Amino acid sequence: MTPMIDVTFQLITFFMFVLNFSEAEQDERIQLPASQLAKPAEGVVETPITMQLTADGGVLYAGEILPVDQIGRSLEQERKIIVAAGKDPALATVIVRADGRARTGDVQQVIRICQEQGFERFALRALYKPE
Amino acid sequence: MAQPAPKRRRLEKLAINMTPMIDVVFQLMIFFMLTLNIIAPEGDFDIRMPLSKSAGPPSDDLQLPPIRVRLAADPDGGLQTLSMNGEPVAGFDDLQQRVAGIVEAALASGGTAEDVELELDCDEELDYTHVVQAITAVSGRIEDGRVVEMIKKISFTPPAAVAE
Repeated sequence: MTPMIDVTFQLITFFMFVLNFSEAEQDERIQLPASQLAKPAEGVVETPITMQLTADGGVLYAGEILPVDQIGRSLEQERKIIVAAGKDPALATVIVRADGRARTGDVQQVIRICQEQGFERFALRALYKPE
Repeated sequence: MAQPAPKRRRLEKLAINMTPMIDVVFQLMIFFMLTLNIIAPEGDFDIRMPLSKSAGPPSDDLQLPPIRVRLAADPDGGLQTLSMNGEPVAGFDDLQQRVAGIVEAALASGGTAEDVELELDCDEELDYTHVVQAITAVSGRIEDGRVVEMIKKISFTPPAAVAE
C-alpha cells in the first residue's frame, strides 16, 4: 500500500502547485496577438476593467457582445462604481484584450471612449511567446 | 512470594485502517485535477494616455518631440509601409535598431529612457497584431537572453489628428 500512497501524495502536491486561483478573464473567442516582450503583470492590477475586443469589432463586456460605440454607458457605470468606492478612475487600469485580427481603429475607439470616462491607464494584453 | 511471570504478549502486526485516508486523498486529488486550468501566459504593455495630454503638444518644453511611427495598412488590414519620423523603415527589426540608437543617444546626453516618447499613427484598417509587433519592437530588445527596456511612453495618435 505504501508505494501507492507515496505516488498519490506526489500527485496531490503536483496539482496543488500548478493550481492557480487567479481569475484570468480569458475567452476562446479572442486570439491575442503574440509578443516576446509581453511581461506578466507584477502583482495585482489595481481596479482592473477588462475590455475584450473580438476580431469582427464587437466588445465582449460582462458576458455579452456590444458594438464598440455602445460601451460608453457600461463604462460610465464602471466609473460611478469606482467613484462610489472612493477611488480615482485615473488610477484604474483598463485591460484591453483585443484579438490580433481586430481593426486598430476599433481598439483606438475603445481607448478613446475609456478616456472620455476619465480612465488613463491602459494595458494592452498580448500572449507571451518567447522565440 | 514470587510474582507470576509477565505474560508474554504476542507481537502482532498493528494494521491501521487505511481506507478512509485513501478515500480522502483520492477526493483531494480529483478536486485538484478538475480545478486545474492550463492558461497560456499573458503579459501587458502598459500605456498611460490621459485625454488632455494626447491631444496637445507635450507640456514640458525640455521634452524631446515624440518619435512618430506610422503604420500604413493595405485594404486587407496587412501592413503596407512602416515609417519613422517620415523616413521609411524596412521592418520591425530595422525600427528596433533605429529606436535603440535614439534611446542610446538620449542616455548618452544625460537623459533617461523615460524622456523619449513615441507616438503610433496607425491606419484604422490595420490588423491589431501589427500594432503589438510595433510596440514590441520599440519597447525593448532581447540581448543575451535579457530584456533591455527601451521606450515606455507610448501613445496613439488621436484619430482626429489623423483626419487632418
